[in-house]
Amino acid sequence: MSLLTCKDFLNELNDYLDDATSPGLRQEIEAHLAECPNCWVICDTTRRTLRIYKGTDLYPLPSEVHQRLMEALRRKMSQSKNGSGQSKNGS
Amino acid sequence: MQPELAPSNGTDDAGLVRRAQDGDPEAFAELVARYEKSIFRLARNITQNAEDAEDVLQETFLKAYEHLDEFRGDSKFYTWLVRIAVNQALMKLRKRKTDRSVSLDETFDTGEDTLVREIAVWADDPERLYSQDELRQILASAIESLPPIFRAVFALRDIEELSTEETAQILNLSVPAVKSRLLRARLRLREKLTRYFKRKGDDVFAYL
Repeated sequence: MSLLTCKDFLNELNDYLDDATSPGLRQEIEAHLAECPNCWVICDTTRRTLRIYKGTDLYPLPSEVHQRLMEALRRKMSQSKNGSGQSKNGS
Repeated sequence: MQPELAPSNGTDDAGLVRRAQDGDPEAFAELVARYEKSIFRLARNITQNAEDAEDVLQETFLKAYEHLDEFRGDSKFYTWLVRIAVNQALMKLRKRKTDRSVSLDETFDTGEDTLVREIAVWADDPERLYSQDELRQILASAIESLPPIFRAVFALRDIEELSTEETAQILNLSVPAVKSRLLRARLRLREKLTRYFKRKGDDVFAYL
């Protein structure tokens, strides 16, 4: 018999999904999940939500954005070399 | 990529930072190459605007370059960089919403809000129900619907995979505050995606 309520389960959901719960608590959570279909669905769909987000790079860096960043840095670095910045030019 | 900014590989961040502090542009270029994708993604996730994200990306690395001498290695270089990026991104949001300032301390939840509204089993392979473009649109609009601080916490913890402690430090929040915002962010995204991914014909509504 699980002693966890659905509210307790929700409070532990993050740590459970992040594999950060103690083995004892983990067992209690799994006992609750085995007998509570709603919490099982919440756990399953939240886990899948994270998996989908982690597996999709929604905002890959466009190459022109990368190019413009490098341009801006080059300008900055040449300013520094010309004495307006505090950076030394070693090698 | 231009020759004078070609990245050099095989060194840890601390070594690269030291070389960059000594004025080696290649070392700094390597640090940029390591983290530009992550900083851009983070800025895009927080600001929800392509132009702002590019500005934040540039401002972050220009500021990092300018203030490199102030970096003492108390934290990881990446965490230091992320902190700059998050501050720049939040400033953009504030500028866009001049009437309503975006504060990290702002309470969006009383703690008594409903965490879970809809409980429905998802289809076995819900991603297959949509084209790549549609899927990206669904994922992006779900994040966009979150309050800024939830987006920031979710992006740092679950997309850039920083620890709870690092996230707390970067956002000047307590660890419990990060945890509760992350839980709400995850559950809200779950809820949004459920509308698209649930198995047809078995709605269950519940209030927890």
